[in-house]
Amino acid sequence: MSDLRKTALLHFGILALLFGLQFILPAYHHGNLARIMVLASYAIGFNILFGYTGLLSLGHALFFAAGMYGMGMSVHLFEFSPAPALISGLVVGVIVSAAVGFLALRTAGVAFMIVTLMFAQAGYLTILYFGAFTRGDEGFVIQQSERILWGIDLSDATNRYFAAWVLFSVCLIFTLKLVQAPFGKTLIAIRENEERARMLGYDVFSRKLVAVILSGSMSALAGASYGLLFGYVGASFATVQYSIFPLLWVLLGGAGTVLGPLVGTLFMFYLIDLSSGVTSAYMLIAGVVLVLLTLYAPQGLAGELRARVWRWLP
Amino acid sequence: MTILSTRGLSKSFAGLKAVQGVDLNLPKGQIRALIGPNGAGKTTLVGLLCGRIAPTAGTVMFDGQDISNLPAHKRINLGIAYTFQVTSVFANLSVDENVALAARRRFSDAKVAGVVRDALEKVGLFDRADQNAGDLSYGHQRLLEIAMGLAQQPRLLILDEPTQGLAEAEVTDFKALVRDLAKTATVLLIEHNMSVVMELADQVTVLNFGQILAEGTPAEIHANQLVQAAYLGTG
Repeated sequence: MSDLRKTALLHFGILALLFGLQFILPAYHHGNLARIMVLASYAIGFNILFGYTGLLSLGHALFFAAGMYGMGMSVHLFEFSPAPALISGLVVGVIVSAAVGFLALRTAGVAFMIVTLMFAQAGYLTILYFGAFTRGDEGFVIQQSERILWGIDLSDATNRYFAAWVLFSVCLIFTLKLVQAPFGKTLIAIRENEERARMLGYDVFSRKLVAVILSGSMSALAGASYGLLFGYVGASFATVQYSIFPLLWVLLGGAGTVLGPLVGTLFMFYLIDLSSGVTSAYMLIAGVVLVLLTLYAPQGLAGELRARVWRWLP
Repeated sequence: MTILSTRGLSKSFAGLKAVQGVDLNLPKGQIRALIGPNGAGKTTLVGLLCGRIAPTAGTVMFDGQDISNLPAHKRINLGIAYTFQVTSVFANLSVDENVALAARRRFSDAKVAGVVRDALEKVGLFDRADQNAGDLSYGHQRLLEIAMGLAQQPRLLILDEPTQGLAEAEVTDFKALVRDLAKTATVLLIEHNMSVVMELADQVTVLNFGQILAEGTPAEIHANQLVQAAYLGTG
């Protein structure tokens, strides 16, 4: 079997499995998995930039929040219905990531991390500053009546799961196709050796800019979907914590692997969920497990799988 | 017919004049060797030619076009290929992906596989196509660099110390490779191995303290008193 076939089989198999799980999971885990799929979509977006292009942004919460507020504000202020609201979130994401990318890519390495972090902080403070419109820290609820997409009530658990699955599938397949295409391979080349890529005739700046826009826009789409599916838009999603989450998920799952973000998000979510059932010091358990993983699986779970067993894993 | 020429090309690093007022003319199809003692400014000069380094003064013309203000990637796309002095391959990618990255810039997707195969066969690395480039020996990494240059099918190929670290037999193969290449491309090579310079080069340019000291056929350069003095430190 060719590597391409194995890849297709594995990834579509996982999508099929996720689709099937909704019929057997109890309500609690059913709800969790819907949330995990949306957050994993965010992590997949982050991974395009961090895992494949080699650019570590510490400000991705800005893009997640740009999508969430682009969607939420259009519902809140202009009474958009869900479809145009989602598009509005995506458009805001494209604009914000293009602007941030254009400015931040003048820097590299640690400076890039700091600049993206600062942009995200500026975004967070902007949301608070315009509290009269955004309701600041408190946030606002997207009412059930505002969450009906083409006659489908997204606040219903089954519909919500299905919507989350569609979003996750789109992000996963898009990334899979991206990294198999020449453009994605160029991004990997930039990650591996930027100067060499430049001296092969690649316009490194414009490709990195496209990578920021793709990554930021996918994060924004995930943010917009999160707000719409779970009915709440708040400034907490723009805090630095939400910039660090995708980094953690991707590192745990495997940076530069298509499945890593899902694996990492799932693992981290249930690690905290299960350990908090055992003790109130659950962050201690989570911390110890994270340290162990960093020690013994530095490439992340899917990354180790690729290094040891499935070398063809994209 | 000149493919590459420079006028008054200069580069200073914080007062150190690495390259000063270089006027270089490279006729189409020639194999030109660039030699000179360590620190003479050879790598800086070729860096100025392909746009890795911005000049302090002077112009670079390529095929009748002033490329002085073009960024590196645009110069490469005009048909200049550059191989690095210090091996700079994509260590974590496979050998054939390394060459494919070079080829994709120039060829349609359908043609890439064929071009990659050709280039790897020419340098004798085809049987290692699946290995990670970082796992190759140093000499093989040098050959991979050359294959990446070949795959771009450049009009001007700049090789920075290509035979450094190659075994004697590989140097012989390399000479044949460059002769073959010179049928379709102009070659500028920085070289310390005098047997390579003497056997391959049509013309030799000697650089010393950032300036052109002498230019001529290998035999002329061999006999040149100034060049001997520069290398041996006499006089």
